[in-house]
Amino acid sequence: MADQATPFVQFSEVQKTYDGEILVVKDLNLDIAEGEFVTMLGPSGSGKTTCLMMLAGFETPTEGRIMLGDRELNNVPPHKRGIGMVFQNYALFPHMTVAENLAFPLEVRKLSKSDTVAKVERALDMVELSAFGNRRPGQLSGGQQQRVALARALVFEPDLVLMDEPLGALDKNLREQMQYEIKHIHEKLGMTVVYVTHDQSEALTMSDRIAVFNDGRIQQLAPPADLYEKPDNAFVAQFIGENNRLLGTVEEDDGSQCTVRVDGHMIKALSVNHDGRGSKTTLSLRPERVTLNPADGSLPNVFDAVVRELIYLGDHIRARVATCGDDEFIVKVPNAHGHLSLAKGTNVRVGWSMEDCRALDA
Amino acid sequence: MAQMTETADRILTTADGTPLKQALARATRRNKIRAFILVAPLLAFVLVSFIIPIVDMLARSVDNPEVQAAIPETVALLKDWDGTGLPPEPVFAALAKELSDKSKRSEIGRMGARLNYEDSGFRSLLNKSQRRADKVTSGPYKEGMIAIDADWGKTSVWKTIQLTAPSTTFSYYLNALDRTYDENGNIVMQPEWKQIYVHLFVKTIYVSLGVRIACLLLSYPIAYLLATLPASKGNLLLILVLLPFWTSLLVRTTSWIVLLQTNGVINDTLVWIGIINDANRIEMIYNMTGTIIAMTHILMPFMVLPLYSVMKTISPNYMRAARSLGANPLVAFVRVYMPQTIPGVGAGSILVFILAIGYYITPALVGGQDGQLISNFIAYHMQKSLNWGLAAALGAILLAGVLALYWLYDRIVGVDNMKLG
Repeated sequence: MADQATPFVQFSEVQKTYDGEILVVKDLNLDIAEGEFVTMLGPSGSGKTTCLMMLAGFETPTEGRIMLGDRELNNVPPHKRGIGMVFQNYALFPHMTVAENLAFPLEVRKLSKSDTVAKVERALDMVELSAFGNRRPGQLSGGQQQRVALARALVFEPDLVLMDEPLGALDKNLREQMQYEIKHIHEKLGMTVVYVTHDQSEALTMSDRIAVFNDGRIQQLAPPADLYEKPDNAFVAQFIGENNRLLGTVEEDDGSQCTVRVDGHMIKALSVNHDGRGSKTTLSLRPERVTLNPADGSLPNVFDAVVRELIYLGDHIRARVATCGDDEFIVKVPNAHGHLSLAKGTNVRVGWSMEDCRALDA
Repeated sequence: MAQMTETADRILTTADGTPLKQALARATRRNKIRAFILVAPLLAFVLVSFIIPIVDMLARSVDNPEVQAAIPETVALLKDWDGTGLPPEPVFAALAKELSDKSKRSEIGRMGARLNYEDSGFRSLLNKSQRRADKVTSGPYKEGMIAIDADWGKTSVWKTIQLTAPSTTFSYYLNALDRTYDENGNIVMQPEWKQIYVHLFVKTIYVSLGVRIACLLLSYPIAYLLATLPASKGNLLLILVLLPFWTSLLVRTTSWIVLLQTNGVINDTLVWIGIINDANRIEMIYNMTGTIIAMTHILMPFMVLPLYSVMKTISPNYMRAARSLGANPLVAFVRVYMPQTIPGVGAGSILVFILAIGYYITPALVGGQDGQLISNFIAYHMQKSLNWGLAAALGAILLAGVLALYWLYDRIVGVDNMKLG
């Protein structure tokens, strides 16, 4: 991450509406540093793709400014922005060979023939498809098409590359492999990447920072670890990873810690994002941070629970228990040496620390 | 690999030893029969309404029974004639006998009509001879016949009969290509004033090409608009395109007459605005201009629909990708969008061209003298001159031309590339 003071890409107070009635993007402010890999993550309809399209120039912001370096982009047509883009279904030109596809951005930039050939070859080399230059996109597998699309977006050496759910059409294994490849290419070339996806594991794997979108707003902008460990609000906690939600009322609050009444139980939690005493709050707790049958006095929150369901998943066991009035409370029990043998219907005790339990907005 | 070739060499069988292919055939036979029964009505319909008429037409274009049917004996005797001087006496005798046979009046009438295509004096010659032939009851028949009409003493008349006698002929095809047999059976050009069909074929092809190009130029933007508009507006526009389809062809053609005629809407408007003066009204109908305008309008939907169906499938992402790669809108359109519409252009073009090449009603109504196409002459020979042989030959040449063009199209563009909807 380079100098934060002068962002490379800057959205300031951007709003977008298609029909003049509903704001698809509400007051977006986002700074992206040069060389950064930023992912826009969110459910469909959250406005993330619209943001990308505004950056690429296919949509115009209704309000606000988008800057690239020191250039205001609002009135620059897409072909003059010099931004590489990888599309959801690759959008490789079916009537051109792979090499012709790669040469296209160079030809429209009127590069010399020899330069074009050299650059196309280098780009094909980078994605390990040197032998496929004469094939048509239709003759390639999905993964190969994906690489060609990537090479085409990079061949003219743009400083900024946009990717719109580029791995959405691939199967799981290939998708994971491509995630690493994209990450490595990013590390090698050092361009700025804005990546759109609705797949959180993809976002967590690849990004420097993730902007979680919902309802036209960025809910939280943070590095992957922070996003998972320290969600700012209930939406982010729920959207990223698995999450136990307990709804309650704040009884006591000293600013950093609070006590929340949930179904008659008093739970000690970290004050993050609630409206103070008497307000409703959502407690967020990761399933792997819950300890089964903790030693007495080792944890501030310990409650009785009944095992409702057990799912064996190899490296861990998912136990669904009923506790604190929540029938869907999940506990991940690591399949470690000497782990507890559980049975459906048995009574257990569940406990967790105050730091792992975050009191968020209701 | 070795194992695979081994199994391929052996005949594969099912568990009970039946060859696999046989078992498969048995298993699918029921479905095949069912499928055949489903298509049988259509097959029968196509056979009766399409294949049989075409075969009949092709047969008629070479069929030549008239002379044979009217004067079989004369024809048989004439076969041995060497074509110099006049035929021997027995030929005249047979002719006199057969012409006086009252039961063959209608056959002889048809023969007169047939021979008239070759030489226009024949009908009256035969009518006259038929009326008087019963007076030539005894020899010498040659002198008797020549006394009825001096034409019977001409070698050329007999040669024409001899030449026209076989039961099949190419003379209709020659005629359709402005050629004919001379009296010695050589193929020669028709006299200049009778040469119309080759010119007409060429004109028909040019008009069809012109209509095709006009349709393409006008339809492309419409189809593009249809394909890129949001569905609600696009459907409305599509209905406007289809509306002419649902209107009678006759109504559409005659409405062009109203618009284009000398005292029609367009001329009146131009005069009223003052662009042309009253004396110099533009002739836009009853000539080639009228034919092309009206045909272009009527055939447009056949171009718009294939184009639209192809354009509809082209993702807007292609254009976006091209733009993001640095192509300005024009370059992106020409290099990325247009090549992908080729299947629609091909389908629409061949559809419009083939329809235009056989178009009949519109040229008949708005073509005047100058705007007639080959199909109008086919109709003329079917309905007015009753020369069905020539009509069939013209039709067969047209059919061959269309098939040849289709073959050419397949070679250049590939029929697999065509997309009709």
